[in-house]
Amino acid sequence: MKTKTMTAPRNFVADHVQAIPRSGIRDFFEIVQSMSDVISLGIGEPDFVTPWHIREAAIFSLERGRTGYTSNLGLPRLRRSISRYVKKHYHVHYEPMTEVLVTVGVSEAMDMCLRAVLNPGDEVIFHEPCYVSYSPSIALAHGKAVSITTKVEHQFKLRAEDIRAVLTPRSKVLILNFPTNPTGAVMTREDLEPIAALVKEHDLLVITDEIYSELNYTGHHVSIASLPGMRERTIFLHGFSKAFAMTGFRIGYACAPVALTEAMMRIHQYAIMCATTMSQEAAYEAMERGEHDMVEMREQYCMRRNFLVASFKDMGLPCFEPQGAFYLFVPIASTGLNCREFAVRLLEEEKVAVVPGNAFGPSGEGFVRCSYATAFEQLEIAVERIARFVKKLKA
Amino acid sequence: MEPLLKLLEENALTSPEILAKRLNRPVDQIIKEIKRLEDEKVILAYKAIVDDEKANRQTVSAVIEVRITPERDGGFNRLAARISKYPEVTSCFLMSGGYDLLVFVEGQSLKQVATFVSEKLSTIHGVLSTATHFMLKTYKEQNVLLAGEDHDERLKVSP
Repeated sequence: MKTKTMTAPRNFVADHVQAIPRSGIRDFFEIVQSMSDVISLGIGEPDFVTPWHIREAAIFSLERGRTGYTSNLGLPRLRRSISRYVKKHYHVHYEPMTEVLVTVGVSEAMDMCLRAVLNPGDEVIFHEPCYVSYSPSIALAHGKAVSITTKVEHQFKLRAEDIRAVLTPRSKVLILNFPTNPTGAVMTREDLEPIAALVKEHDLLVITDEIYSELNYTGHHVSIASLPGMRERTIFLHGFSKAFAMTGFRIGYACAPVALTEAMMRIHQYAIMCATTMSQEAAYEAMERGEHDMVEMREQYCMRRNFLVASFKDMGLPCFEPQGAFYLFVPIASTGLNCREFAVRLLEEEKVAVVPGNAFGPSGEGFVRCSYATAFEQLEIAVERIARFVKKLKA
Repeated sequence: MEPLLKLLEENALTSPEILAKRLNRPVDQIIKEIKRLEDEKVILAYKAIVDDEKANRQTVSAVIEVRITPERDGGFNRLAARISKYPEVTSCFLMSGGYDLLVFVEGQSLKQVATFVSEKLSTIHGVLSTATHFMLKTYKEQNVLLAGEDHDERLKVSP
């Protein structure tokens, strides 16, 4: 009788998953996590706790035993509420029963959109520096990521001519994220119009991630979906994490014309079934009665932004004044260090954590991202420490 | 004016330099504005909010519902002002509903507060009745939770 020889199992991991690099943030996170007394400006979520009435709505839904599934698309009253909110703030109407899909945050929504629309090899254009997940999500959906570097001299805005330069016959999707993580850039109607024209000319689909849109300090956020002829070729993604400080609830939504919503639903129903029920209940409360909290938080962020921009200017590191989100993308090349060296030394020498800019794509080299989603008292101390550090470097 | 007041209400010790940076305005303008607010008595006072228990104070506090007779040519104002003048009274409000004035009183002992109510407050001409409630424990004082806010449990770095 033959005996089976024991061999090591082959590598089961798919090639396209193996090809995805480890996140630069995760790497840095482990160093930070091992240290104590660190003031972190490296956090990409609000420091406010979810407003109490929203938390209470989630508790109440548990008390009442609402622990079952909801419709795949999400609670009908939540979808109606989202539809009203999007109409009111973004001036686009989506049918609540067929064009709104409640998701597990914008992250799931983005993944689902890409999987729903990409054939292998289709090209997806996105602007960089950008949120860490875009490029990997495109690769996981078998698409080809095509990045465009946005520059500080253009206020990190995306320009139509930059898109035109990378177009090929395989170009299919354009991802927009304004206000942008990590730069805080925003786009006005005038900035968006030439892009919309180009998108129509080349029959592209836009996926617009507007998670930071409530945190726009110019007071005039414009969604590309609201421009003439764009609703039909746009998937609008939004969520509750940033505006209502609900990151841990993992709740967001996608709005799109029926055919696209239906396509995303096919993936969502098998992969996720439905977003968490109590999170949906909390989201409904946020939609119906949370706007006041959101306005208060925005005021706070705006004041912290002012403080940080002025403080960095004082220490000889003037930076682009972000008009949205809660990040400052600070140029540090003048210190003679690269972004990673700067972040690591700042952490070791002054115990302040910032995120190296290249975590948001190679074009982020020369910058560090400072989040001002941190209590003001902490910001003050952090600024003192960073000033001391920069002074030492420049001495 | 409003954002400046809000910041000072949050923390009156914030320096004009920092206030200026947060509000994106020149420092001298902020200093002038604060001075004006003080002169015009928009800002009445700056005080510390103290946790009496931690400070080991034996202070006794009570809330008293007071019914009074309104007077011709002045309504409740004269009597309310008179009651407010007692040093034992820390706050005094005119209320709608089942009574007229809500009076907050502080004293060194139960007896002191009781004496104030029985000998001073209720004997004022025009005071019809009083109902005194003693405070047992403070959970939140002027927007500050005494147990402190929950610890920040966010991950230290996130995208």
